Amino acid sequence: MNEFIESKVRLRWPEGLRHSYDVVIIGGGGHGLATAYYLATRHGISNVAVLERGYIGSGNSGRNTTVIRANYGVPEAVRFYQHSLELYQHLEDETGRWIMHKEKGLLWIAHTEMGLRAERARAALNQAYGSETVFVGPEEIRSICPQIDLSGGGRYPVLGASYHPRGATARHDRVVWSLAEGGMREGVEVHQRTRVIGLQVDAGRIIGVETDRGPVGAGTVLLALGGQVSTLAAMAGLRLPIRTHPLQAFVTNHYQQGLEAIVASTELLFYASQTARGEILIGAEIDRQPSYSYRSSYGFLSSCAGRALALLPFLADLRVLRQWTGVCDMSPDYSPVMGRTAVDGLLVTTGWGTWGFKAIPAGGEAMAALIATGEVPSLIAPFGLDRFLNDRTLSDRGSAGTQ
Amino acid sequence: MLFLTCPHCGLRSVEEFRYAEIPTVPETMSDPEAIDLDRGFFRTNREGEVVERWFHEYGCRRWITVRRDTRTDSVLA
Repeated sequence: MNEFIESKVRLRWPEGLRHSYDVVIIGGGGHGLATAYYLATRHGISNVAVLERGYIGSGNSGRNTTVIRANYGVPEAVRFYQHSLELYQHLEDETGRWIMHKEKGLLWIAHTEMGLRAERARAALNQAYGSETVFVGPEEIRSICPQIDLSGGGRYPVLGASYHPRGATARHDRVVWSLAEGGMREGVEVHQRTRVIGLQVDAGRIIGVETDRGPVGAGTVLLALGGQVSTLAAMAGLRLPIRTHPLQAFVTNHYQQGLEAIVASTELLFYASQTARGEILIGAEIDRQPSYSYRSSYGFLSSCAGRALALLPFLADLRVLRQWTGVCDMSPDYSPVMGRTAVDGLLVTTGWGTWGFKAIPAGGEAMAALIATGEVPSLIAPFGLDRFLNDRTLSDRGSAGTQ
Repeated sequence: MLFLTCPHCGLRSVEEFRYAEIPTVPETMSDPEAIDLDRGFFRTNREGEVVERWFHEYGCRRWITVRRDTRTDSVLA
């Protein structure tokens, strides 16, 4: 974080760790900081510490592909993400910071009869549950995004798409900084370079955490980290329904603005959008094997670029600037996991797989409400850990944009 | 990880293989229903050394056992 940014965003870093806090949040990414932000601003709870092992936003909050959308495939998810999308629309007014939020419209393209059925069903379900999605044919696709080759390179013909006009993007770092600043203004402490190395549990209740800077007492602890969440949960004797897989993405050099819509294809397994800087940002499916490695591969780059070219042939003239990897916590039903655990006072927000960025405001707001009131908000009640024990999973693989 | 050594085919690109995990249920579990649920949904998700199965789908179509470190995504000898 450089001086220019510090002057634009007033981040007040605390001196040392205090002896104890009401709430300790592990993970200084979007979800952890949003929870702290809403605890302080909506519930007046500011005796909160956010512990981040690197710098804020250094994990998946800084590695995602910044898409905000609500066109999911199960009613509970449509409601949740639609609320998040609406919170994002007002986040700039609320925090007073520019997060570069921009509505672009999202096309989810079908190349087969089966894909067409999936996209028609998505449009119908979204409309029924209050999220705007319509089914569009090839001619409308051409007018929304003229760059798309409707023949799909001759091999992946564009038969139709679901169009989600409220689909948007925002600058991920700015989301993190504005939430951190808003929380800090109310007294939330954000401790960077503070690694949690243990959880203190006494008679089935969480009483604090061990960090590499000493022990910290806590009334409530929230696991809001991406990646090492299973390792941390195991310190309290918990098992999570999570496998951690790497996901790679890449951007091209900066070019003139032109690709207005967000283009996605489940069958071609990629999605593309243009950033405010002008880079074309392309992401894809998760790597097949679970791993915590941040290593990128040429195999991914060449295969993903090839698939993107089938739909957006203009990309052939562009240069790839950089490629990176994030790690995705995948749940068995491709839906997030939010709520209580078997340890009293230990809460978890995980399973954010490839859909975490768009859920930052709603996830943070709901977890803050749970911490403050002790009641699970109805919006996230279906997403509890207990759904796996009660056979109430929310299978939504087709909406993850990955496989 | 870019390559896997198949004992039948030698060093091959990882793209030829299909990954399969071996679910490990904690030994302390005894209730059969709890074991079924754990095997179905819950994962150790270990950071470090894991033993897993890979299917050489586009090669000899045989299953192989691989030891891998999930921190570095590298195969252990």
